[in-house]
Amino acid sequence: MNQVFEKPSTDQIWEWLDAVPDPEIPVISLVDLGIIRGVEWQDDTLVVSVTPTYSGCPATAIINLDIETALRDRGIDKIQLKTQISPAWTTDWMSQKGRAKLEDYGIAPPQAAGGPERCPNCQSKNVTRVSQFGSTPCKAHWRCQDCLEPFDYFKCI
Amino acid sequence: MAATLTQDEALFQFLLRMGDNTLILGHRVSEWCGHAPVLEEDIALANTALDLIGQTQMWLGLAGEVQGAGKSADDLAFLRDVWDFRNVLLVEVPNEDFGRTLMRQFLFDAWHSIQLGHLMKSSDPRIAAIAAKTSKEVAYHLERSADTVVGLGDGTEESHGFMQAALDYLWPYVGEMFTSDAVDAAMVDAGIAPDPAALRSDYDALILRVLGDATLTVPDSRFAHKGGRTGAMHTEHLGHLLTHMQWLQRAYPGASW
Repeated sequence: MNQVFEKPSTDQIWEWLDAVPDPEIPVISLVDLGIIRGVEWQDDTLVVSVTPTYSGCPATAIINLDIETALRDRGIDKIQLKTQISPAWTTDWMSQKGRAKLEDYGIAPPQAAGGPERCPNCQSKNVTRVSQFGSTPCKAHWRCQDCLEPFDYFKCI
Repeated sequence: MAATLTQDEALFQFLLRMGDNTLILGHRVSEWCGHAPVLEEDIALANTALDLIGQTQMWLGLAGEVQGAGKSADDLAFLRDVWDFRNVLLVEVPNEDFGRTLMRQFLFDAWHSIQLGHLMKSSDPRIAAIAAKTSKEVAYHLERSADTVVGLGDGTEESHGFMQAALDYLWPYVGEMFTSDAVDAAMVDAGIAPDPAALRSDYDALILRVLGDATLTVPDSRFAHKGGRTGAMHTEHLGHLLTHMQWLQRAYPGASW
C-alpha cells in the first residue's frame, strides 16, 4: 500500500504499444493501425481504449490479449481495456509509417479512391480487382496486369 | 401486448429484431464456407457472414443489457428457441443455390443500409454508435451483392433464369421488413428508430434501379409472408437452422473456448 509505483508516462506507453504487432499483419503495429484510441491513468489503473477494425474480426480477442501481455511485461499490473466503438474506426487513422510498411510488405495501402494506387511489387498502375474480399476482413484481392502478381489491398473504410 | 408494453420491453424487442436478423443471416451465409462455386466467392461469403455475426454481438449484447436479466449476447443467441426469435422470415429461408443466396443478400442489404442510415441519428447514443460502425460494413455488402445481382441477372440465359427464379421466390418475403407494430410505434415516439413503413419508398427506388440493370422483372404483387419479426410464426426452416447453430450449447451447456 505504501509502496510507490512509478507510473510510466503515457508517451512511454504509446511507444511500447507501437512495438506490439498486429497479429494478422505483423509488419505494422497496433498504433500504426489506428485502433488504440486512448491511453490514460485513472489513479493507478492504466485504461487503454481500443476500437475494433471490423465488427467480426477474429483478431480482436488476440489484440486485447497482446496489449495486456505487452504492458504486464513492462510491470503494469492494473490494466483496463475499454472497447470504444464510436467514433467508428477508419483507415484514415492509419499512420504514414504503417502505410509505407504495408506497401513494403506487399499489401497496397488504403486509398480514398477505393482501389490501390499501384502494384506493391512493380509499381505499375495497371491493376485489376479479383475479389472485393480477401484473406482477412480488412483486405480485398487484386492483381497486377503487368507483373501478373496477385496482391492484397487494404480496403478503405 | 401493446397496452402493457414498457419502453424497455419495446427497446429489447427492437434490439432482438436487429440482432436476430444479422445472426440468422450470418449463420445462413456461413453455411457456404467451403462450398461456394469459386474460391473468391467463398471468401466473400465467409467475410460477409463474419461481419454479420460481429454485428450481432453488438446488437444482442445491448439487448441483454437492456433486458437486465444478466444475459450475454451468446446466451441470447444459443439459449432461445424458435418462438423467441425476432428476425424477418427472409433471412431464415434456405440458401438453395448461389443465385438465391445473393438475391436474398441484396434484398436484405438494401433494407439494412437504409435502416442503419436512419439509426445513425437515433436518440439512443448506443444505437447510433452501433449503426455508425456497422453501416460502413453494410455499404460494402450492398455494393457487392448489387453488383453480383446485376452480373448474374444480366449474364447468361442460365444465370438470368436462376436470378429471376430467386427473385420470384423471395419477393413475398420482402414486405415483412416494412410492417409496423406497437414496438415500432414506441421506437418512433422515442426517436430511437424510424417507422419501417417509411423506408419503403427509398427501398423501392434502390432495388428497382438495380433489378432493372439486372434485366429482372419484379413480381406484380405486394403479398407478404409475415410473423418473423413479431415472433408470431416462423417458417419451419428456422428450427432446423437452430438445431445446427445451437447444438454445442444444447449438448454441452456452458461449454466455452
